[in-house]
Amino acid sequence: MLNSNIQDRVIRGLMWLSGLLVVAILFIIIAYISLKGISAINLDFIFDLPHRAGKEGGIFSTIISTIYLTLASLIIAVPLGVGSAIHLEEYARRDSFFARLVNLAAETLAGIPSIVFGLFGFVFFVIYLNLGWSVLSGSLTMAIMILPTITRTSQEAILSVPAEYRENSLALGASKWQTISKVVLPSALPGIITGVILSIGRAIGETAALILTAGSSLGMPAGLLDPARTMSVHLYILAMEGISMERAFGTAFLIIVLIVIINYLANLSLRRMSPAGRLQ
Amino acid sequence: MDNLKLKSESIKVYYKDFQALHGVYMNIQANRVTALIGPSGCGKSTFLRTINRLNELIAGTRTEGQIYLDDKPIYDKDLDVVELRKEIGMVFQKPSVFPMSIYENVAYGPRIHGIKKRSQLSEIVEKSLKAANLWNEVNDRLNSPAARLSGGQQQRLVIARVLAVEPQVILMDEPASALDPISTSRLEELISELKKHYTIVIVTHNMQQAARISDYTGFFLNGDLVEFNRTDELFVNPRDKRTEDYITGRFG
Amino acid sequence: MDKYAGNSLTAGALRYRSESPKKAGGWLGSGSRQMETGIEFLLKLSAFIGILAIILISLFIFAQGVPLIFKIGWLDFIFSLKWSPSQGSYGIGAMLVGTLVLTISSLAWAVPLGISTAVFMAEIAPARIGSILGRMIELLAGIPSVVFGFFGLIIVVPFIRNYLGGNGMSVLAGAIILGIMILPTIISISRDSILAVPKEYKEGSLALGATHMQSIKGVILPAAKSGIITAVILGMGRAIGETMAVVMVTGNSTMIPGSMLDPLRTMTSNIVLEMGYAAGDHQAALFATGAVLFVFIVILNLVVSLSIKEGKNYAE
Repeated sequence: MLNSNIQDRVIRGLMWLSGLLVVAILFIIIAYISLKGISAINLDFIFDLPHRAGKEGGIFSTIISTIYLTLASLIIAVPLGVGSAIHLEEYARRDSFFARLVNLAAETLAGIPSIVFGLFGFVFFVIYLNLGWSVLSGSLTMAIMILPTITRTSQEAILSVPAEYRENSLALGASKWQTISKVVLPSALPGIITGVILSIGRAIGETAALILTAGSSLGMPAGLLDPARTMSVHLYILAMEGISMERAFGTAFLIIVLIVIINYLANLSLRRMSPAGRLQ
Repeated sequence: MDNLKLKSESIKVYYKDFQALHGVYMNIQANRVTALIGPSGCGKSTFLRTINRLNELIAGTRTEGQIYLDDKPIYDKDLDVVELRKEIGMVFQKPSVFPMSIYENVAYGPRIHGIKKRSQLSEIVEKSLKAANLWNEVNDRLNSPAARLSGGQQQRLVIARVLAVEPQVILMDEPASALDPISTSRLEELISELKKHYTIVIVTHNMQQAARISDYTGFFLNGDLVEFNRTDELFVNPRDKRTEDYITGRFG
Repeated sequence: MDKYAGNSLTAGALRYRSESPKKAGGWLGSGSRQMETGIEFLLKLSAFIGILAIILISLFIFAQGVPLIFKIGWLDFIFSLKWSPSQGSYGIGAMLVGTLVLTISSLAWAVPLGISTAVFMAEIAPARIGSILGRMIELLAGIPSVVFGFFGLIIVVPFIRNYLGGNGMSVLAGAIILGIMILPTIISISRDSILAVPKEYKEGSLALGATHMQSIKGVILPAAKSGIITAVILGMGRAIGETMAVVMVTGNSTMIPGSMLDPLRTMTSNIVLEMGYAAGDHQAALFATGAVLFVFIVILNLVVSLSIKEGKNYAE
């Protein structure tokens, strides 16, 4: 009896330790990069264009490229993702062949490594459709990558809308689409926004697929068909080619700040999804 | 003096293999309250939902027979259910306000039916809320979220939302079951006022309620309409033994 | 109170489709029947895009890569250890081993730590600590791989070089970084499956006089087994597919590593390192590498969805 009691405590202690270790890992990564990176951050770093391949100057063009690519991929993926979610939850029969195929496709897409998306984007958008290394090729590739996240979170959000809303709306003589667009989607909005926020995080961090589809030109992209280098790609090149460790730290710090903000926003909108928090 | 509003002929409903209704015939009079009573699972709610064809939402449901609204068949393949549901409103068991303001909840119906002018909408909202005896309680906070109202207020808001579409018939599916006694008596008063202008069909578990507010009562058991009569007749002189057993509380 | 004379919405009587092909205007041109059908079609079309994407991805990647695999023979392509594009040798054997070695060595420490953290969060930690830890793990999951790679490059690699030997770019560095990266996947899915175990199981075990730890080991973990296996497989998938962090810390030599301190190259690294300048057969060989990777991942996904289905059947 005593023996098993000691054993119990040891295991319990080890488990506390493992929880602590995971927190420590996260803390070390964030703290180290922040400490080293924060000194590199100033207005010039953010608003100056990079010079000499990034050795000097700021990272403004990579910030703009990141914003372009993120926005463009959302513009493509959000309607498609929300649209498929509406189709799956409101129109399709759950066990229909088509619905099962769409779900399987979303699952598979979610598991494909980004480098494979990069290969596909390169051969299909860059070469086959002749869009070149460009914001457009990068965003189209990115859009396919975030499609499963948006579809899945929208599906969950739509599913969580009480069935009574639909019944009440239909009983008032609303058509199906009126019911969906005026009652179901507004109620599901916080959940859909969560998916969008998570996708923004993914777009900011994506590197492998973008190197192959958007190129790595440091110039400021003027249009959709210009090549672009995002902050993450810039960080990779700065660090791997040893161009400027100081600027690499600064870029990494900015990326982490963005991710922390995004994480916070996603949690916020997720909490708004709970029925009690709705409308407050 | 009574005018026929709805006439159901041999309504049968199947959920996949299960037959929920075995051919219901019923005449529902205009400007009267018709109560449907019976134990759980007897088919009274199913019958109610055949009147605005809401039962069709459940996958695997099949309905046979015909219901006439003013001589017009509602189970006609050419009928637009959207048009039907404008004429036949419904109030559900659980008050389910949309996550919008009080105003937007009431204006929802008129809007989807094409009214855009703000002044006209406001007029409808005010009239509907007044008719639902809610105006005095909410007129100073029309733009606040409807979810903040009490349960009884929410149920009256749902009724106002139905009235705003100007239906001819209002179906109520146990509208008081989630309400406290005071809210329930206010709702019952409201129903007696509403019948001056509307035909009301109400499903209720509460026999006293049926006796208090209805003019006609139908007793359902196991998917059959066992007895249908004027309420005073049915409760005093039930013709069927099963009705008598039920209303005297011997089962159910 | 008249029946709202003045703003009559309807003619008061039912209308049939044959009588009123178009309804009164309203929002969005008031859901005329054609519009409803049009929207329904558009929604179905957007759902189809996901399927189309999968079809196009497999089609284009296989079309680019498979001919080369046949040209040099699939056995040679997969098992040959010689990758030397300048001499026309395209064998991904060393990269395949590299991916395998790296995946196994990162799973080796991340799985025990991950499961133990998951049990901690679900069973032992006070609710508040559990939820704070949950938020932190979400944050860890959100950090981009290039940031992990950067961290590995500036902290882990020099540490190994200074204290363990070699130049630091190594299997070990990769296993440490990759292990951290797959921790969130393993933890969150394992935790969810532990939380999904019915309370009665635990209560039943405690009622028999078992301690909390004995109940966890004897009842809860076995009941959550299929979920934990799913977590490990998904973590494995992420490890196999990870690219940037691995490229940055493993040294990328095309030799099979002899020890944990030797460098290695994975299939994913191979693609991202050489795609920039490859052409002709060389490019095709990189696509072929991608095709092998794709097949790996699809098989893993199938295993997962089958095991999830089985778990569900079992639960029912």
